[in-house]
Amino acid sequence: MRAVAIAAAGKTPFGAFPDRDLRSLAVEACQKCLKNGHVSPSQVEAFHLGNFAGPSFVGQNHLAPYVSTAVGIRDVPATRFEAACASSGSAFFHAFLAVASGVYDCVLVAGVEKMTSQPTARVTEILAGAGDCSGEIKAGSTFPSLFAMIARRHMYQYGTTLEHLAAVAVKNHANGALNPDAHMRKVITMEQALAARPVAEPLHLYDCSLISDGAAAVLLMPLDRARDFTDKPVRILGVAQASDFVALDHKEDITTFPAVRRAAQKAYEMAGVGPRDIQFAEVHDCFTVAEIVALEDLGFVERGAGGPFEASGATARTGEKPINASGGLKSKGHPVGATGVAQLCDIVAQIRCEAGDMQLKRNSLGLAQNLGGSGASCVVSILGDV
Amino acid sequence: MTGTVYTETVVYLAPEAFANDVPYQVAIVTLEDGSRVTGRILGERVAIDDRVEQVELRDGVPFFRRVA
Repeated sequence: MRAVAIAAAGKTPFGAFPDRDLRSLAVEACQKCLKNGHVSPSQVEAFHLGNFAGPSFVGQNHLAPYVSTAVGIRDVPATRFEAACASSGSAFFHAFLAVASGVYDCVLVAGVEKMTSQPTARVTEILAGAGDCSGEIKAGSTFPSLFAMIARRHMYQYGTTLEHLAAVAVKNHANGALNPDAHMRKVITMEQALAARPVAEPLHLYDCSLISDGAAAVLLMPLDRARDFTDKPVRILGVAQASDFVALDHKEDITTFPAVRRAAQKAYEMAGVGPRDIQFAEVHDCFTVAEIVALEDLGFVERGAGGPFEASGATARTGEKPINASGGLKSKGHPVGATGVAQLCDIVAQIRCEAGDMQLKRNSLGLAQNLGGSGASCVVSILGDV
Repeated sequence: MTGTVYTETVVYLAPEAFANDVPYQVAIVTLEDGSRVTGRILGERVAIDDRVEQVELRDGVPFFRRVA
């Protein structure tokens, strides 16, 4: 396999944008990315689009050519990838394979979701489509409630507390306040987090990520070719995707995600590094408990130790292992189909020292973990400077 | 059919289909054969390890009630 790099990145701000449609957001991210890489649309050899539920949110199918032609990309394969909230992570993984194997020399990967044109109850219903609609969803489960049941079990087995969950929210909001593209640039206190209204007990409002609009894009090339377009190529050292049961009640132990463990193990092996080597990470904090479980499944801490690790400050910008310096899904926002590639954009910005107020000092080896559903899909990517 | 509560939550924000039920409790129940099922809880709230009994099956969804 050839060494592959991210040659360019681009994204829209995340937020609620009533005047923007899905396509205009995706086009903006793609155009910013191509401009960043000094690449013209005619040089793109394939287009991968991650999108979870465009057909439900905005009534549009056949999204990949719908977007690519608007960018000016013609004739080449244009394909949509769907893996719930890991949709664009999956689009990225498959683009990596195509470039690493020598099939293509230039693949544009984007992710987009336009969510805010629907009322919250309808968004909840659409998101529930990532669960098992013949069982858990029919019984009244929502995504917050699935992660609430994970939180309850994590508390029961490991003594994780509401304060541990709230510590994740407080930290990610503090980080997001430094991110000019974040949906909610608002610092919150531990007291506010704990006093917020319940969504699905034990999860409260600030334990849940945001319903957002947004898009993100990255451009993949063989490392050697990327050097012709940028003096700051970011190498993809390892990337892997794994899968598991869609229904939470099919899993043996819901306090861990085997798909995350498998994807992480493969990505670490490919990169030749271990969890201790990773200097910073963007993890999939769709709910606060998901960040705690991610720390454990990625091997940053032992099982059950995620809550105390968060409360210790170790995951803060100034801590030993900064997690979600961008603000994460919690504060930056979670346009679900865009999230996987947006995480990569944030890591690229850190490695290139272009993260502005969010810039971390130890920034040469970063990891992104993109989760789909309640753990049925996961993509883990490890990026490094060259 | 009886079982044990493996985990549970009380839902406050629901899709329209369940909007009239909020707040309602959902639980994953471990049945006697070791299999698990997601169902709704009627009556008294339950906690992990509580014993429950299936009292109804509505459209394929099991409804459980706490066993004293």
